[in-house]
Amino acid sequence: MKDDKEVIILGIESSCDETAASVVKDGREVLSNIISSQIDIHTVYGGVVPEIASRLHCENINGVIKLALREAGLGFDDLDAIAVTAGPGLVGALLIGVSEAKALAYAVNKPLIAVHHIEGHVAANYISHRELEPPYVCLIVSGGHTHLCIVKDYSDYEIIGRSMDDAAGEAYDKVARAVGLGYPGGPKIDMAAKEGDPHAIAFPIGEVRDRPYDFTFSGLKSAVLNHINKARMKGEEINVPDLAASFQEAVIRQLVDRTVACAEAHGIRQVAMAGGVSANTALRAALSEACEERGMKCYYPEPIYCTDNAAMIAAAGYHQFKEGRFADLSLNASPDLKLGMRIGG
Amino acid sequence: MKILGIESSAHVASAAVIEDEVLRAEFTINNGMTHSETLMPMLADMLRLSGTDKESLDAIAVSAGPGSFTGLRIGAATAKGLALGLDLPIISVSTLESLAFNLCNAEGAVVCPIMDARRGQVYRAAFQNGIRVLQDGAGSMDELIDWLNERLSGNGEVIFLGDGVPVYRKLISERLEGSYVFATAENCLQRAASTAQLGMWAYRRWLIENELTPEKVRSAGTEGIDCFDEHVMSPDDFVPVYIRKPQAQRELEAGLLEDPGMHSLKKLRGEKRDRRHDAGKT
Repeated sequence: MKDDKEVIILGIESSCDETAASVVKDGREVLSNIISSQIDIHTVYGGVVPEIASRLHCENINGVIKLALREAGLGFDDLDAIAVTAGPGLVGALLIGVSEAKALAYAVNKPLIAVHHIEGHVAANYISHRELEPPYVCLIVSGGHTHLCIVKDYSDYEIIGRSMDDAAGEAYDKVARAVGLGYPGGPKIDMAAKEGDPHAIAFPIGEVRDRPYDFTFSGLKSAVLNHINKARMKGEEINVPDLAASFQEAVIRQLVDRTVACAEAHGIRQVAMAGGVSANTALRAALSEACEERGMKCYYPEPIYCTDNAAMIAAAGYHQFKEGRFADLSLNASPDLKLGMRIGG
Repeated sequence: MKILGIESSAHVASAAVIEDEVLRAEFTINNGMTHSETLMPMLADMLRLSGTDKESLDAIAVSAGPGSFTGLRIGAATAKGLALGLDLPIISVSTLESLAFNLCNAEGAVVCPIMDARRGQVYRAAFQNGIRVLQDGAGSMDELIDWLNERLSGNGEVIFLGDGVPVYRKLISERLEGSYVFATAENCLQRAASTAQLGMWAYRRWLIENELTPEKVRSAGTEGIDCFDEHVMSPDDFVPVYIRKPQAQRELEAGLLEDPGMHSLKKLRGEKRDRRHDAGKT
């Protein structure tokens, strides 16, 4: 049984290839965090197959929700609300979580909260760092997103910069594929780079003219592919660790330098990171170092809360609960939802 | 006994409640709006306006497929969420059987539900005097007509119904040897009342076979039941009956996926970039 003043939220996440459910108390304390990953199945295809992802979500979702409640030692009656990822993501995958959450909320008479997946990633920081409060600068890096924003308040984001082309995670996937490291690219390159020299190859650090906080990775990606092609034409062996480390260095310089520059320009002393790529060990080390040099505080979620999970959805949902922002039963999945866009009320 | 029926396998979203042999309410929308926006509000309104307490339901019957993959999953996830919260069994009902049930009084004729399955195929089945004579499957309309011609040898009548009718009307008129009619518009829709009625019968059969009563099921809870089968299912295990495998899986099994990485990347990006490059070359 729970205390009357506590707010207990069940989070549900199904935007890509993880079916997840979690129970979180007061937006910060994780009572359970269940993730059913489909990655082994999609790896056979070299990437996430949307139809297969949707089928697996439908198969696993009830079991995952039940397990989350069981681990938390709570029942539906103990919940204050149900929060679900409404977008962005794969539409068929999102629809499973959204349909399930609407029906469940209706069945057990609980309010429904529609959460933006990326706001969920940002909120993962509140779980790992109880002391973190807005305002702070947040770098959001994942397979689908590269955003630099100022989190002014729990639900108030100002986007300062974004990628003009590929997301950082996408660039990782493409380079990993080109050198035969396979899928998923991020962890594979991160691992290979540990053995390599980050200054072995001078890849260009992409810049966007007159836009100091935006990112671009297409030029870097082309430079890496050109380097590989040239080496192959000359019959030279490619040093994969050196290439991975040098590519990663070029990505990190862009991300880290612009993030701390943004914080300095806006007089903000706290910097956070969110999204799948924030689990990258070299990126974490570089951002920590850059922040330390400038006397800024640096935050990033524990690795388990960097990848897609439902605890972060419940954590973000908590702040919407406090603001009374609920969704109704007509809630739809929003595959192209932009950051800062309000959904379902 | 009260059964909630859910249908969202194709263009129609429909919800119904049957209490014993009485249809208490049925809401059906056929306006092309997305099921995710309409199904749940409509279902809640239907229960409220018919004065049906959701806690009084005994089971949920779902039109399980075949049909649109996404449509089937919206119905399935809606049913699974309801059944999880209310702790009810889910009854899996064939969409084609449910469709044919719209014409369950057609004596003698072969009732042939056909749903447009795209890529030159239909999802089809056949029933005669209330007995199934062709299993649910996907195939070309030509194959189905061949099968009907052979079975009937020019005698007897076929009644076609379903959203495959407008697509294959001409082919049927050209190739079918015996007499045939097309069902009227209201009988061509997938309806939750049919799903709920077939579900109720399947549920009754299951109760009798397993010496259970609705009260026993309710007091045991779905986790206390160990005799679920392919018709009456635990809400955790229920999934749609797609009939077709995902395209990527079929290609993989057929050995067509030479560079699986590129394949899925193209799929994810809708092949936009490749097309742009091609246009530049020509």
